[in-house]
Amino acid sequence: MQRIGVFVCWCGSNIAGTVDVKAVAEALKAEPGVVFSTDYQYMCSQAGQDMIKESVREHKLTGIVICSCSPRMHEATFRKTAAAAGLNPYMVEIANIREQCSWVHKEMPIGTEKAIILGKAAVAKVNLNTPLTPGESPVTKRALVIGGGIAGIQTALDIADAGFPVDIVEKKPTIGGKMAQLDKTFPTLDCAACILTPKMVDVAQHEKIRIFSYSEVSEVKGFVGNFDVTIKKHARYVKEDVCTGCGACVEKCPMKKVPNEFNLGMDNRPAIYIPFAQAVPKVATIDPNACNMLKNGKCGLCARVCTAGAIDYKQQDEYIQEKYGAIVVATGFNPISMDKFDEFAYNQSKDVITSLEFERLTNAAGPTAGKLLRPSDGKHPHTIVFVQCVGSRCDSCAQKGKEYCSKICCMYTAKHAMLTRDKYPDTEVYVFYIDVRTPGKSFDEFYRRAVEEYDVHYIKGMVGKVTPQGDKLKVQASDLLSNKQLHIDADLVVLAAAIEPDKSARPLATMLTASMDTNDFFTEAHPKLRPVESPTAGVFLSGTCQGPKDIPETVSQAGAAASKVIGLLAKDKLKGNPCVAHSNEQMCNGCSSCERVCPYGAITYEDKEFRMPDRTTAIRRVAAVNPAVCQGCGACTVACPSGAMDLRGFMNEQIMAEVDAICK
Amino acid sequence: MNKSYLQEDLLRMSGVNPRKCMQCGKCSATCPAYDEMEYHPHQFVSMVKNGDIEPLMKSQSLYRCLTCFACVERCPRSVEPAKLVEAVRLAVIRQQGANRMTANDIPALLDEDTPQQLLVSAFRKYTK
Amino acid sequence: MNVSYFPGCTLKNKARDLDRYARQCAQVLGITLEEVENWQCCGGVFTTAKDEVATKLSSVRLLQAAKAKEQPLVTVCSACHNVVKQTNHAMQIDGEFAAKVNRYMADDGEYDGSTQVYHYLELLRDVVGYDTLKDKVTNPLKGKKIAAYYGCLLLRPSSVMSMDDPENPTIMEDMIRALGATPVVYANRNECCGGYVSVESPALAKKNSLAVVEDAKAAGADMIITACPLCRYNLVKNGADIPVVYFTELLAEALGLKEDANE
Repeated sequence: MQRIGVFVCWCGSNIAGTVDVKAVAEALKAEPGVVFSTDYQYMCSQAGQDMIKESVREHKLTGIVICSCSPRMHEATFRKTAAAAGLNPYMVEIANIREQCSWVHKEMPIGTEKAIILGKAAVAKVNLNTPLTPGESPVTKRALVIGGGIAGIQTALDIADAGFPVDIVEKKPTIGGKMAQLDKTFPTLDCAACILTPKMVDVAQHEKIRIFSYSEVSEVKGFVGNFDVTIKKHARYVKEDVCTGCGACVEKCPMKKVPNEFNLGMDNRPAIYIPFAQAVPKVATIDPNACNMLKNGKCGLCARVCTAGAIDYKQQDEYIQEKYGAIVVATGFNPISMDKFDEFAYNQSKDVITSLEFERLTNAAGPTAGKLLRPSDGKHPHTIVFVQCVGSRCDSCAQKGKEYCSKICCMYTAKHAMLTRDKYPDTEVYVFYIDVRTPGKSFDEFYRRAVEEYDVHYIKGMVGKVTPQGDKLKVQASDLLSNKQLHIDADLVVLAAAIEPDKSARPLATMLTASMDTNDFFTEAHPKLRPVESPTAGVFLSGTCQGPKDIPETVSQAGAAASKVIGLLAKDKLKGNPCVAHSNEQMCNGCSSCERVCPYGAITYEDKEFRMPDRTTAIRRVAAVNPAVCQGCGACTVACPSGAMDLRGFMNEQIMAEVDAICK
Repeated sequence: MNKSYLQEDLLRMSGVNPRKCMQCGKCSATCPAYDEMEYHPHQFVSMVKNGDIEPLMKSQSLYRCLTCFACVERCPRSVEPAKLVEAVRLAVIRQQGANRMTANDIPALLDEDTPQQLLVSAFRKYTK
Repeated sequence: MNVSYFPGCTLKNKARDLDRYARQCAQVLGITLEEVENWQCCGGVFTTAKDEVATKLSSVRLLQAAKAKEQPLVTVCSACHNVVKQTNHAMQIDGEFAAKVNRYMADDGEYDGSTQVYHYLELLRDVVGYDTLKDKVTNPLKGKKIAAYYGCLLLRPSSVMSMDDPENPTIMEDMIRALGATPVVYANRNECCGGYVSVESPALAKKNSLAVVEDAKAAGADMIITACPLCRYNLVKNGADIPVVYFTELLAEALGLKEDANE
């Protein structure tokens, strides 16, 4: 028989406001096995923990029930307390009487009754608890960073600088991401390329970093410290280690009419291309959908002009297997499609563009060599209308757009407006806004400068319709402060399109068993206290894959993710979770039900020799669980038809005892 | 603020929740009848929300809304201002003697090509 | 395929062409339009108020009549289509409204919102198919640059009409293409002509109508097609200087039926 101590926490008024804690402590005293029961204002405080330790000694407790907040919050805290008092940490059970009780009920009698029931269930379970000891697993001291934008670059550099090898997997032919496409960066207006490309070179030259460009993660197995990852390297039909990046092939390629994705289709590139001058790796790539040689075997010019002999039309996709201790997701964002917002005529006029397209139009390496010219006729625009919040902050019932604020648009639009007025003072610039949101260091000052020094016309209101007519764009909009409907003849309309996670994020999350929110942003383990970790152990988050953020924030988060990875890789061994499944071989009938439902691939089958009742021996096929891979989800225990599968710490017997205690 | 019976009635019959509005003004930006309206779609939303309904009921604006659903379609917050305009208009014309048109008005409106649809629609909008 | 057909008031009077060509073309395309018996006018506009019941009963009766024959209900006029589809939608999603309506439906039987409502254009696109239509064209309208005018009622509210993208529709443009002509895309094709407000404010109707015509012309159109008699009236009355015709007339011309119709 256990000797159980019950500790009921007030959590200030969080619990005590709706639960009569003294009544709960009193009621649980009568439960079987309980030898001591008390309440305290803050059980997690030093004093509270000391009281628990003292009680263990005084009452010779063998099990502990803490009635408090969610186990997600303080289970680890109280397990440590128990260990310090000489108990096995797995002899502690938490009854969640805060999140699942006091916070959801308003009336004291109901809250108290429910808290008592939850406490009884926990006591019933502890009565059947057994001491558990976690196993240990080694840590592969290498990190994988998925995504080579500024987030991935910064994370990789920080991890590598701490001495651990890092691989970056980037699906485009070069690293650099969205930042490489930007012109200037707010609020200091330094040129994006000037601050990004040195970092790209650092990555390329770092002895601890390998870049897998034009590659994707195709399979992830294993668990924290021991991930087995398959990387698919797409055939680029150019030998990466031979190509010198001289560009002769690019110049000679006769197929020059392929929309250039780096310039968002605003100009063309050849079928063999290097995305931009500072690309890393600076290696050519052949677009198989455009190359005549690859499509019908007619051409081969690039191979003839390549003095290095790097062209290889026969190159195949390559699969690389590698082990990692930690994985960082840095898959980034894209502007949403403007197809559903054609009231702004994006599909009808070339002169209605997105803000990212505007970046390319003002970038010295862009399609207009940095001259702000209209895509339709190459003329200089004299009136520009910027539209904020296109697809951001939409109602969930609206059939288009996103519910969240995209966060970066207010600032980049202020930048675009200011730079336009600075370079072309003869241009009138209108910004239609709903709210101007600039909460960042030196951000509001920056926006005010656009208004006060550069005379950008900020108008509170939204644009309702854009009608292309002749060479003008007729903009119909609200000016809410003057209570007018405005009609502006614009030459260029720039839409601040909402941003969304990259499409590759969802399948990747499935591979990693990492959770996502309804918008496909990765969820953090705790929104405030663990913002760069995924709830899945060993998976970390960097940059906009977790939520909209600007470059300064992305870089901070990238560094934070790196420090978490370093903390993990610095360990030689990881303590596992002892609450893992195991099968009773006598009862297992080898049906494979558990193997099929296991999301971690932790269950295998082996043929074992058994002695039968008639003293003969027989070979039977039985399930075996790899405790290092098992995550303790329990799917197998419910799938098993013969009841052979059980989960340590959550045994069927314990769960039934809890149910009995609740229903009693 | 205490909701008046009228305000509650307007919200119930229109099904509009004006608290969803984020005051972007896109409804009024897209309204093709804007110039003929004294109160514009976004004002209908905020005035009904604030219980300031009398001025709306007296306004010509009620009879200028085309029910073209442009504001309904383009509202990023699914507020659907046209439904509120319609509710206020009904609150007026449902009153005794508030019909804006009678059969006697018809001959003057007719020309050779006037489609029946025009008269039927106008009658539905302007009379009870 | 046999379908229930609701022409509506205007198609029996001032918009006879819209109706006549619709019937002739349907025949050629293998669709039998069975006119609903004893139909009543839809009322021209859908009253969005949830407590408006009587004004929607005529539409519910139509829907019920089609349901009794287990046929989809087809309309040609944009306004009829809008009213009938919105009423049907309200019957589907608003239980309180449906219950009130059904108290009036003793003679016809309760209606549950299950009738499929098609605009004639949807019938062409989804049932006949534009590829089939293309094959049936005997008189391709080569070289004609035609602007489709959707107006407000055909597409909006899109959550109910679910006919096409409300801002970037293609259903009429694709039809124009199938008939061998060239569609002209222009921004005002889904803006309102001024509708019934032309009764009180002819100036508003004039401004809106001309904005549509000018926009279509600027985009290079030499003809405008529409599915709405009121749109056509407002555009023509306010001085459209290019032809404004019903889409069914264009269809008839391409299918080689127009001469017979003009007897």
